[in-house]
Amino acid sequence: MSFISYLINGISLGSVYAIIALGYTMVYGIAKMLNFAHGDIIMVGCYTVFTIVSTLSLPTWLGIIVSIVLCTILGITIEAVAYRPLRQATSSLAVLITAIGVSYLLQNVALLIFGANTKSFTSVVNIKALKLGADGGLTVTGETLVTIAACLIIMVVLTTFVNKTKAGQAMLAVSEDKGAAQLMGINVNATISLTFAIGSALAAVAGMLLCSAYPALTPYTGSMPGIKAFVAAVFGGIGSIPGAFIGGIILGIIEILSKAYISSQLSDAIVFLVLIIVLVVKPTGILGRKIQEKV
Amino acid sequence: MKDFINKNKDNLITYGIVIIAYIVLELLMSLGLISSLMTGLLVPLCAYIILAVSLNITVGILGELSLGHAGFMCVGAFTSAFFSKCTVNVITVEWIRFTIAILIGFLCAGVIGFLIGMPVLRLKGDYLAIVTLAFGEIIKNVMNVLYIGRDSKGFHFSTKDAVALGLEESGEIIVNGAQGITGTPKSSNFTVGVVLILITLFIVLNLIKSRDGRAVMAIRDNVIAAESVGINITKYKLLAFSISAALAGVAGVLYSHNLSSLMATPKNFGYNMSIMILVFVVLGGIGNIRGSIISAVILTLLPELLRGLSNLRMLIYAIVLIAMMLFSWSPKAKDFRDKTVATLLFWKKDNTVKGGSDNGSN
Repeated sequence: MSFISYLINGISLGSVYAIIALGYTMVYGIAKMLNFAHGDIIMVGCYTVFTIVSTLSLPTWLGIIVSIVLCTILGITIEAVAYRPLRQATSSLAVLITAIGVSYLLQNVALLIFGANTKSFTSVVNIKALKLGADGGLTVTGETLVTIAACLIIMVVLTTFVNKTKAGQAMLAVSEDKGAAQLMGINVNATISLTFAIGSALAAVAGMLLCSAYPALTPYTGSMPGIKAFVAAVFGGIGSIPGAFIGGIILGIIEILSKAYISSQLSDAIVFLVLIIVLVVKPTGILGRKIQEKV
Repeated sequence: MKDFINKNKDNLITYGIVIIAYIVLELLMSLGLISSLMTGLLVPLCAYIILAVSLNITVGILGELSLGHAGFMCVGAFTSAFFSKCTVNVITVEWIRFTIAILIGFLCAGVIGFLIGMPVLRLKGDYLAIVTLAFGEIIKNVMNVLYIGRDSKGFHFSTKDAVALGLEESGEIIVNGAQGITGTPKSSNFTVGVVLILITLFIVLNLIKSRDGRAVMAIRDNVIAAESVGINITKYKLLAFSISAALAGVAGVLYSHNLSSLMATPKNFGYNMSIMILVFVVLGGIGNIRGSIISAVILTLLPELLRGLSNLRMLIYAIVLIAMMLFSWSPKAKDFRDKTVATLLFWKKDNTVKGGSDNGSN
């Protein structure tokens, strides 16, 4: 019974990683950059909800909406101010370092406003825990249910959006070839902004779900889940939406199971080890496409 | 002699800068013009310079992104501190013990770099970056659960806790899990740091000029072309990566022998540290060794100089970082700079407009 409950916890954590990884993978696919600030947008989203719900005592739904809107605007702004000027830069490292700078900036602004103390986040989910099994030995919390449901819904909506709408097709085109997309009359800047907007909105959602399950909130809350989500995206094959989903879920399950059965201190090491093995065996990730280099 | 100077002019300037900076700092310290806070920062600064220069081999010369450099530093730091602590009563001459410790840190980090490099250097770009990041984190996590003790029967290992070692009463715990190694002899000082910087520079600058270095750079510029002229890709990639790792190990030795208690925390050996070193390299100019040194110095001292602003200092650091990257890499800023230079030097306008545009590219 305990194995099943660990498994469910793993899927729940994995769903959070999957939501973050979806944002990561879309941004990477289109802008070809590691957005290190993605994890910190999660943190901004959490603090927004915290301020509105806990400090100002306003209703939760308002907090959720404001948080998503704020993160979306933040994502678009960051892209326009910090990343767009470097899109034509000769070195891809330049934009990576800028992303690191943005990450530091967000962390330190949060540190200035909210201080370094850990804040206790009130769960945004108000659903009773589900008791399963004959003796009620298996409890599934409301947070877990909502997280898994949210992940599935986001996954389906996003796949439909990318494959069925014009804006989604534009995203695919821009990620394939910016120059050709521009010649076809696609507004590349607007498409990239849209991608950042979606990615950041997803980060806000993921942040709320993560902090509802693990309620300790500090300015550095987002950075480790951000890295793990990137690992998940790479794991599943970066640029691939189903890949990010599968990668996230597998990563979450491995993390929780290794915490439960092997060692809680080594769980991160085990997650990373699995990533390395996958990449060494299949260098493009589980669902990634191999691109043949031409001479 | 003259020929030698002409050939190595650029390298000699780099050595010269380091030596002059050392002499000036020593003079200022003997006059008591440097605060104790700054003096305490000098050895870590030397370690950061070595790290930046060594990472520049991977990033600048080999052209691969590594985000796990702090992991190699961690290996060097722990193996050498372990050695020094074990032999502190056996080898009493400090400089011999420390020299051996440096060699051990160098070799262990180099071997780990070689072992890690073998499977992962097949990957490219961001995939390699994330795998090196993963390795760095694994090394840090393993160090946090490792317990090593010693008694009359020899060494005992455990990954659980100190009690599980089953030591005799006279035994001592050397590596105590998350508490790390305490009581490492304090052998590092500024002079040793500068000597190690010079040795690192000597290795790196000669590597760049050598046949091997040119082979590595050929791989960076075009793998397929390099392969087709008979360069052994795997061999040279591994060579550059291992040397880079080994030198990071030396920085770790320097770092660990400056601390009385060595712990593997996310702050000193986590990916944040690796990223910080990468920032030094990129800001100093990728592939530019002298630039790495200068940016390591500036970026280490900047937060300290801003200490008066307390809470704002890291915020300013972040803004400066973004602004510097935008200013030095954005094509528009480059155009603006070239135009400004052209206006200032209007009498040489024709030459400057053409010549100024290759500024900053690698």
